[in-house]
Amino acid sequence: MSILVNKNTKLLVQGITGRDGQFHAGRMKAYGTNIVAGTSPGKGGQEVDGIPVFDTAAEAVKKTGANTSIIFVPAAFAADAILEASYAGIELVIAISEGVPIQDMIRVNSIIKRNGTKLIGPNCPGLITPDEALIGILPGMIFKKGNIGLISRSGTLTYEVVNMLTMNEMGQSTVVGIGGDPVAGLYYIDLLEMYENDPETEAVVLIGEIGGDAEEQAAEYIAKHMTKPVVSFIAGQTAPPGKRMGHAGAIISSGSGTAEEKIKAFAKANVPVAKEPSEIPGLLKEKLAKANA
Amino acid sequence: MKIHEYQAKEIFKKYGLPVPNDVLCHSVEEVEKAMAKKEGMVVVKAQVLVGGRGKAGGVKLAKTKQEALDAASQILGMDIKGLTVEKILLADAVDIEKEFYVGLINDRNTKSVTLMASAEGGVEIEEVAKNTPELIHKFPIDPLTGLLDFQAREIGMQLFGDVKLARKAADMLQKLYTLFVETDATIAEINPLVLTPDKKIWAIDGKMNFDDNALYRQPEIEAMREADEDELKEIDAHEKGLSYVKLDGNIGCMVNGAGLAMATMDMIKLYGGEPANFLDIGGSSNPQKVVDAMNILISDKNVNAVMINIFGGITRCDDVARGLIEALDTIKSDMPIVVRLSGTNADEGLALLKDKGLPTVQTMSEAAQKAIELSRVQES
Repeated sequence: MSILVNKNTKLLVQGITGRDGQFHAGRMKAYGTNIVAGTSPGKGGQEVDGIPVFDTAAEAVKKTGANTSIIFVPAAFAADAILEASYAGIELVIAISEGVPIQDMIRVNSIIKRNGTKLIGPNCPGLITPDEALIGILPGMIFKKGNIGLISRSGTLTYEVVNMLTMNEMGQSTVVGIGGDPVAGLYYIDLLEMYENDPETEAVVLIGEIGGDAEEQAAEYIAKHMTKPVVSFIAGQTAPPGKRMGHAGAIISSGSGTAEEKIKAFAKANVPVAKEPSEIPGLLKEKLAKANA
Repeated sequence: MKIHEYQAKEIFKKYGLPVPNDVLCHSVEEVEKAMAKKEGMVVVKAQVLVGGRGKAGGVKLAKTKQEALDAASQILGMDIKGLTVEKILLADAVDIEKEFYVGLINDRNTKSVTLMASAEGGVEIEEVAKNTPELIHKFPIDPLTGLLDFQAREIGMQLFGDVKLARKAADMLQKLYTLFVETDATIAEINPLVLTPDKKIWAIDGKMNFDDNALYRQPEIEAMREADEDELKEIDAHEKGLSYVKLDGNIGCMVNGAGLAMATMDMIKLYGGEPANFLDIGGSSNPQKVVDAMNILISDKNVNAVMINIFGGITRCDDVARGLIEALDTIKSDMPIVVRLSGTNADEGLALLKDKGLPTVQTMSEAAQKAIELSRVQES
């Protein structure tokens, strides 16, 4: 087991003939991800790296049985691509595209909810179940199969933490980058619930950052519903208010969304917060030892 | 992106919201000219891109032409939270029976545009939000239907308790929702929305912010942008594919990835230093990006040491190291630098940098401590 993706995932790459799409399709395939199709309007019939290209997502799903898709199209076209996948019957869409307008994502989330499609992103690095499926732009070589789940709003900070986990012999069940935008698809609580129900996951690392109150809500959820240990890290303690820190969602507005409030919420929920990323493996070991005692 | 009150009101007027007549002035002379055509009282309002103008003395009621001139000469040039007032708005004053608050935001939790409305409008709205949040009603709007007539009327009734006024308010709320969505706003706020003794409703203040990701399709909004010096630097960085925010410390940071860049700033602070900036150079090993990033850091006079923190993922550390060396050779600065590389091919990358005589470390904590040490040496 694992969550969301595994070796049965049949992946469709939307925007496969673009520079990023082509590059990452090759990398995902080399990792062992089962890529069954790509799309690029007007380029149906071609092949990229041995992967058949179709004009539309609907055709790709019909001919190949794709159940998951990843989106590499430019931001202005991302909303349409997500909807195309959703209407084609794709169950899980991962949107890598950065810079998608918020209004587009509000509309998209409302429609895909009705269609029953799950979305991760946009503006995210994707997700990985080590040794089974890499769907995104994550560097596969730093991951190791194991029992730690990880959810994060950031990319390289995730790799930093995963690298430390792997070096400490703490492999991962599934690692999910949910993205740095204010309005996104699956979020902490959705994923915490999946990890709680996943027999392969023993503990979860939650990497948050300033902006919004999703971490506070996650803390509340953990206190009420999680039996598995959770450890966290919050980036942006030194961020000034009113300034967007790279991610569109990483902004302290009208005094809310500060790191301080989030850390306080986790402390209240008995979730240890690492002062620096390198403390995470140690905190996890402590929590796991207590849980197994 | 933020805009001034007078710009927000231009958008309001375009969408048919009732806004009292106003004139934008840049000098006392312009005020004199404008007042020649006016009768009755006016409000003189500083136009600056920060909140709390009223409390800082940037908003004054003037009963006569002379009072307006006096207020204008006091407010023009005034400093409000570090910003100099260069423009003022002369707005016709209206009699106030009651002040209300209405605002739209994009709510992350409901993933919808959410209308907030309160019968307790005015300058103390933030206090109301903090102490009595139940007095601010929240209505998530379904993006597929918009704000429906009956919904808007219900909200109008909750605010005004009178059918006739509720209908008027409903029309305004729907217009506000339309303009919010059509301009890709992130905030559209009317505070206060005023009811006059003769039962008219006016938007007498307006605040709007916009989604930076949507400016590509909002040329009219983009044209309203007024950036200060720091923001110009941020925009310039953005055009070069960098994400930069200036802070007040002295240790410059250059990092790949936004989350890691924030964590790097925090780490510097944790070990007793002060970060000079947030700077995300993205994922490639392109030397030009490093050159551009270094130039930004060097141009900040407070910076006396630089910490470069790279996690090599798909872009391998040896490629990053080659890029760094090429960039640093181009720049020829004597700025003290510490480089931390980790991830794919870190050892090869670190060896390349060592050959060039650059101080290198493998962990973030070591890098932060080293950068602080370099900065202190510069200070002494």
